Amino acid sequence: MATFFGEVVVAPSRAGLDEEEEAREETPEDREIRRELEKKREIDVLWTWQSGGRAEEPLVCSRFIVAIGRNAAAFLSSFILDSVCWEVVGVVKLWNEWCRTSSTTNVLPTDSFCLFYRLISDPTVLLCQCSCYVAEDQQFQWLEKVFGSMQKKGLQVTILSTCPVADYKTQESTLTLVSPFLKALKTKEFQEQVCCPLLEQPNIVRDLPAA
Amino acid sequence: MFVPCDRGGGSAAADFKGFTLLMPAVSVGNVGQLAIDLVISTLDMTKVGYFYTDCLVPMVGNNPYATAEENSTELSINAEVYSLPSRKLVVLQIRSPFIKNKYRPFCETLLSWVKSSKCARVVLLSSSHAYQRDDEQLLGTPLRYLLTPDLEKAVGGLMKELNWKEMEKVAAYPGISDTDKVLHIPGGGITKLLFTESCSEGIQMAVLLKFCSEGDNIPDAFILVNYLNEWLQLIKSEVSNPSSQWKIPSSWRLLFGNGLPPALF
Repeated sequence: MATFFGEVVVAPSRAGLDEEEEAREETPEDREIRRELEKKREIDVLWTWQSGGRAEEPLVCSRFIVAIGRNAAAFLSSFILDSVCWEVVGVVKLWNEWCRTSSTTNVLPTDSFCLFYRLISDPTVLLCQCSCYVAEDQQFQWLEKVFGSMQKKGLQVTILSTCPVADYKTQESTLTLVSPFLKALKTKEFQEQVCCPLLEQPNIVRDLPAA
Repeated sequence: MFVPCDRGGGSAAADFKGFTLLMPAVSVGNVGQLAIDLVISTLDMTKVGYFYTDCLVPMVGNNPYATAEENSTELSINAEVYSLPSRKLVVLQIRSPFIKNKYRPFCETLLSWVKSSKCARVVLLSSSHAYQRDDEQLLGTPLRYLLTPDLEKAVGGLMKELNWKEMEKVAAYPGISDTDKVLHIPGGGITKLLFTESCSEGIQMAVLLKFCSEGDNIPDAFILVNYLNEWLQLIKSEVSNPSSQWKIPSSWRLLFGNGLPPALF
């Protein structure tokens, strides 16, 4: 790509990574390094009823509310969660370049954490606060490990998340938009009334909420 | 990997025996993916399933090919499969980049799905960095093709008739003469890997690619899809304006940002 001053600049490709790295055959050392990195980036989902061993039975869950990102997590902390009606039942331990969470359930709002709560009066209602960033290569793992612990029949999942208004694609400028505003995406199996308009093309959702 | 949609037709929709699989490589300018969007949108193809894979960055949105209020609310994710049985065509669309270290696992799983679903051949739409062309490649057409040996036998003659140019091999060690020539597709994403794997697995694969740069790649997509059409004849194209017959999907709106704030002026 030529610039005004005449030098050629390599523009970052929208297509993603340069494939040359990938096409190279792995040496045993490369493989070892990759395995170590993968192990470091593994996610552990720890449920409170596990005492050393794995939980045998899948968790019976009728409603699962997941809040992803600091804003959504703060919303749940401010309006829904309290120590009387909700109890902590699980935690996700992970590490990536952006954050590290621990297995402690005693967290500050400014920490990065991913905790699961259960409604004491109805233990099939589960809530997750995920204020940490789950990296691209960990999102699928998170999904499989969390949902793998649940029985999914009759399960209704609600995902709460936030995006910057500047990312919203619309004909008018976002400066004139009244914000904040809500948009929704739903599967065709979701038959109930949605409380806000659906997300219009060409807007998309990415990362953990998308996964 | 492939998860069929429940459409009442049961598993009949997932039978791709003898079909041509058309798919993009996630490559420079996303030209292959844009071209595939044009194919799916113009031929009004039906979604028959998706790939459940950990190899691509997750994304979700509403139907990118929506034409009206009624069909605009179907969810769409990063790897979906569409089909047009009347043309024996099945199309895979990929909508997000690959996750690091996942090129090879994806290619392996994809090719094993191609074999198990008994697709007759695969056509891969791709692109390569224009700035990496050598002096000869700078002249003439920016379009190239590649055929695996198995497909060469079937359609090699047709390519010659169409006067298509095969992708040149380059010296393995530039500057040193007498060295082996290798295939080099910079910016092509999984193109080279998928092609070399298909050669060794005996899969009939064709790669159609265009040299381009990042920028507004819509014209590149039209050129690539018209190139494809010369061979597969998916639509009747007018000689005077071959691009007019392709339908642009609604998701192509606002590719370069929102409207400007009036206060700017």
